[in-house]
Amino acid sequence: MRNLQIDRKYLPLLVTISLFIGLYAFGIVQYRGFGSPQVFFNLLIDNAFLLITSIGMTFVILSGGIDLSVGAVIAFTTVFSAYMLEELGLSPAIVIPTVLLCGVALGAVMGAIIHFFKVQPFIVTLAGMFFARGMCFVISTDAITISNPFYRAVALFRIPLFGKSFISINVVIVLVVLLAALYLAHLTRFGRTVYAIGGNEQSALLMGLPVARTKILVYTLNGFCSALAGVVFSIYMLSGYGLYTNGLELDAIASVVIGGTMLTGGVGYVIGTVFGVLIQGLIQTIIMFQGTLNSWWTKIVIGLLTLVFIGLQSVFSAQSRTRKAAARRRDTAPVADADPVVAARQ
Amino acid sequence: MADAPNILTMRGISKAFPGVQALDDVDFSLHSGEIHALLGENGAGKSTLIKVLTGVERPDRGVIELDGREILAKSPHHAQMLGISTVYQEINLCPNLSVAENILLGREPRWAGSIDWRRLNARAAQILEWLEVDIDVRQSVGMYSVAIQQMVAISRALEISARVLILDEPTSSLAAHETEKLFAVMRKLKGEGLGVIFITHFLDQVYEVSDRITVLRNGKLVGVYDTATLPRVELVAHMIGRNLDELQEMSRYKKDAASSAQKQAVVQARALGRVGSIGPFDLDLHEGEVVGLAGLLGSGRTETANLLFGVDKPDSGTLSVAGAPMTHHSPLRSIQAGMAYCPEDRKADGIVGDLTVRENIVLALQANRGWFNYLAPARQREIADKYIKLLSISTPTADQLVKNLSGGNQQKVILARWLATEPNILILDEPTRGIDIGAKAEIQKLVLTLAGEGKTCIFISSELDEVLRTSHRVLVLRDNAIVAELAPDEMNEHTIMHIIAGGTE
Amino acid sequence: MTSQASWWERLRNNSLFWPLVALALVMGFNLLFTPNFFRLEIKDGHLFGSLVDVLNRGAPLMLMAIGLTAVIATAGVDLSVGAVAAICAAVATRLVGNVTDVTATPLPLVILVTLGVAILCGLWNGLLVSRANIQPMVATLVLMVAGRGIAQLITDGQIITVYYPPFFYFGAGYLLGLPFTLFIVAAVFLFAWLITRRTAIGLFVESVGTNASSSYYSGVNEKNIKLVAYVFCSFCAGIAGIIISSNVKSADANNVGLFMELDAILAVVIGGTLMSGGRFSLAGSVLGALLIQSVTTTIYAFGVPPEVVLVVKSLVVLFVVLLYSEPMKVALDKLARRKGVQA
Repeated sequence: MRNLQIDRKYLPLLVTISLFIGLYAFGIVQYRGFGSPQVFFNLLIDNAFLLITSIGMTFVILSGGIDLSVGAVIAFTTVFSAYMLEELGLSPAIVIPTVLLCGVALGAVMGAIIHFFKVQPFIVTLAGMFFARGMCFVISTDAITISNPFYRAVALFRIPLFGKSFISINVVIVLVVLLAALYLAHLTRFGRTVYAIGGNEQSALLMGLPVARTKILVYTLNGFCSALAGVVFSIYMLSGYGLYTNGLELDAIASVVIGGTMLTGGVGYVIGTVFGVLIQGLIQTIIMFQGTLNSWWTKIVIGLLTLVFIGLQSVFSAQSRTRKAAARRRDTAPVADADPVVAARQ
Repeated sequence: MADAPNILTMRGISKAFPGVQALDDVDFSLHSGEIHALLGENGAGKSTLIKVLTGVERPDRGVIELDGREILAKSPHHAQMLGISTVYQEINLCPNLSVAENILLGREPRWAGSIDWRRLNARAAQILEWLEVDIDVRQSVGMYSVAIQQMVAISRALEISARVLILDEPTSSLAAHETEKLFAVMRKLKGEGLGVIFITHFLDQVYEVSDRITVLRNGKLVGVYDTATLPRVELVAHMIGRNLDELQEMSRYKKDAASSAQKQAVVQARALGRVGSIGPFDLDLHEGEVVGLAGLLGSGRTETANLLFGVDKPDSGTLSVAGAPMTHHSPLRSIQAGMAYCPEDRKADGIVGDLTVRENIVLALQANRGWFNYLAPARQREIADKYIKLLSISTPTADQLVKNLSGGNQQKVILARWLATEPNILILDEPTRGIDIGAKAEIQKLVLTLAGEGKTCIFISSELDEVLRTSHRVLVLRDNAIVAELAPDEMNEHTIMHIIAGGTE
Repeated sequence: MTSQASWWERLRNNSLFWPLVALALVMGFNLLFTPNFFRLEIKDGHLFGSLVDVLNRGAPLMLMAIGLTAVIATAGVDLSVGAVAAICAAVATRLVGNVTDVTATPLPLVILVTLGVAILCGLWNGLLVSRANIQPMVATLVLMVAGRGIAQLITDGQIITVYYPPFFYFGAGYLLGLPFTLFIVAAVFLFAWLITRRTAIGLFVESVGTNASSSYYSGVNEKNIKLVAYVFCSFCAGIAGIIISSNVKSADANNVGLFMELDAILAVVIGGTLMSGGRFSLAGSVLGALLIQSVTTTIYAFGVPPEVVLVVKSLVVLFVVLLYSEPMKVALDKLARRKGVQA
């Protein structure tokens, strides 16, 4: 009975999914070949790294924070991986765990500083971003091509699906990350604590939830996701370069916001973020199919779309606030008396 | 009742903050199965006592025993684990999470490491059922009324098997039937052997529900009384402690001013209103009169003031000040039209904490003069010094940061800010809240003096006798509308209370 | 004894004290370890030397820091200063064109249009923050990223090189033997100081930054104050963009002002303006910028690869921000009190 009507809290998610379907339909109608299944799978293949880092970012934003370092961490991972593989000749079995550990460590340090020193997340992660970028150039100022056979094999491997379409191994990694994230967000105490902190950190603290640990873990998790995205990106590009993924932090934040997560934290869904990324991918693909527009337009369009969604969010939250306030006023019939002195004299 | 065992005993609790002895050798005891009211005026030490009990503050001295064992809570969470739960006035829940989650957050039933949502919801529903609250536990808490949220908070406390439940001003934003419901729950908890500490400023409710009363004043214990045998007047005397003469002297001032009322209308509102805020009202304010607004918190008093001063924009009706219609509504326009407004929330909307007393005093005047017509610092100091003297603001220098002043002095700084603009119309929303009785009397006198000088004042306060003492006319508000206007001969507490209560009869 | 203590206290509480101490330390370090750091020579009537270099190269950062001070004082932040500098550099060079000794547009018009574009950027940021109520960090992040896209569109993805000598004067010219950039910085500083300390705007900025709601109730138009702060900030970043492009005689949309946001924020924070808004110090921000520039120059002078500078700076930012953080202040206060008790 109650299940039949759509819950208000799913509304932003529905907007996002409708937008995705709308854009997709537009593409199919407008451009030849857009309807081919491979176009869709390419969305996944080309945006695998963005999907992973955006999923990590979702947790950070759900907790009421922000992380500006993700693009730089991805770039650092590509450079450091390439350096270790090519210059040091290390095996991927050592390289991949090492770079993942670097991401985890950086995330944990940033999280700890944010929590224990009560510094605004954006400034700490901005410093983290510069640190990671700087480390890229310390390792190598030039792009390093990866010729490691394992990386090449993974990059070139195609998993055939129906018809002639295929996906890459990166897409499989994304799916695993997505399932793990869904599990974390909805079925574990960690996930629910993240939501609780984003909803009201003070309350979460008073309820005795492990706020410190969770906040630090959120940034650690995001550090891990960024590093993993970096691994996926180095496989995708087969090179490492300090200038890669410049400004990716906005793309990740945009995906999360377009996916219906509130920038103020506490409200949103991991699955929404996936659609947020796919919408960005679609816009890119449409601009590509269109053919005459400069690719820089993608950035501008996504920036504007993000703004629109932020605007929608503030409208939504303002609405629910006034509705609640009105409801409260209706309920508030007068209660006995406000003044002890008066009451006593009666 | 006296034979019931003590669950909680606090002995010799002292706590000093810089400059204040917040608690001085206070004893407190709570029986199992009793509702114990903790009373006192602002600054009496109620909240400090609770903070010490719940581990927010550490006592300088004293012993706390729960069930005969000495305890010292290190944090609110630790206090909860020990069995002491608090439901605060601004309820501490996560509005974005479901009712069930809020009750069981951190203690969710799990199956193989993952949260078992079915059992979680069932458990929450079971607790709420016991409290006779019928709601969908899967909805987010933020969707429900304050009353329901309180029940959820209480459910959470029960879930952690509380021995002592502290309710801090739980009824201040509840409707009458919701309050009844809460009392029923409190009695039910009492029946289960819990000790309930009830903090409120509604004396009627104290008498309706509590078994014993502890009164604090200026950080000291005044006494512990059985509710049934303590007359109300005596209770008030215990709470206030001081003779009321100082305040009653006020009526002499008012008579002089009253004769000068009924002159020209300086403010005319016609069908002025704003949906969801205050229903359309007509209002004429005359030179030299003080108009009181009476009504409960949330009845639309502040909303009326916000509308008149242009903080909120009206969506219907007209407003004219000094004969000129207001076309654009904003605080700046209102200041330009000669209005001034001390808002209710001194900290959030009044003082600018990091600025000096001088800067706070000249702020509105400078805003009125515009960005480029700058008052030189020397001139600013002159103005500040003048009002510091006039209102006897106690501050070492005009360059002291205003956040370092006491509440009463901060309030005077805000008054000074507005007097400096030489307004004709002053709107004062709760100007005496949270300040000591001496400063209270001074502010009330000031209002009458200003009226005597031909200025118009709107005086808003939840203390009825204060409104009656200062006002020439009283408007009564209920449910976001002005429901009555009382002339001097109709102005008495009984009539006003009757009108305020009108809706529930 | 007491008068000495209060004298020391007053000095220590002066917002310029710590930046000056830090600057003195860096200078002292250079005096001891960097040969010729303090040597000044006059060549062709122009003053040369490392110190002049610090001032000259630090000019864009000082400008950005001055602008950002206003924004941070209103409890906001502007991450787009680097991108705005890039846009303005692109506009200016595009207008000058790449023909030798000829400008496509009269120089005064180039400056006017470029600064007009800067003001538009500021209006965009300011409107998003003050009218659309978007968090400053997010609102300006959009321009930080999209801005480089816009700059790319203006330059067509090319590095535009200019060959019109009069344009070089802004970034590399000399007046009265001193770099012309210094005069620009001095003029902007003077303008900012006058507008904030000789009009009510400074009071209103501090008031809005401390408590926007109280300011609104007191009749301060807090929205317009914020708007003006963002416009002024972009305006300063625009001038910085012109200086940078004039100095390197070209505009590269990808590199002009890159990574300068953090330097500018750092300069402001070192200068004693809190990230939470309120009280601000323009002189402090300029000192902060000078400090950062001398550290950078010192690092270069030691032959450390420039790449490391980014890493060092990020660590310095962290250090300074932590030093100013609330828990650190509490801890330091406690320490000071304990010492006081012992004495």
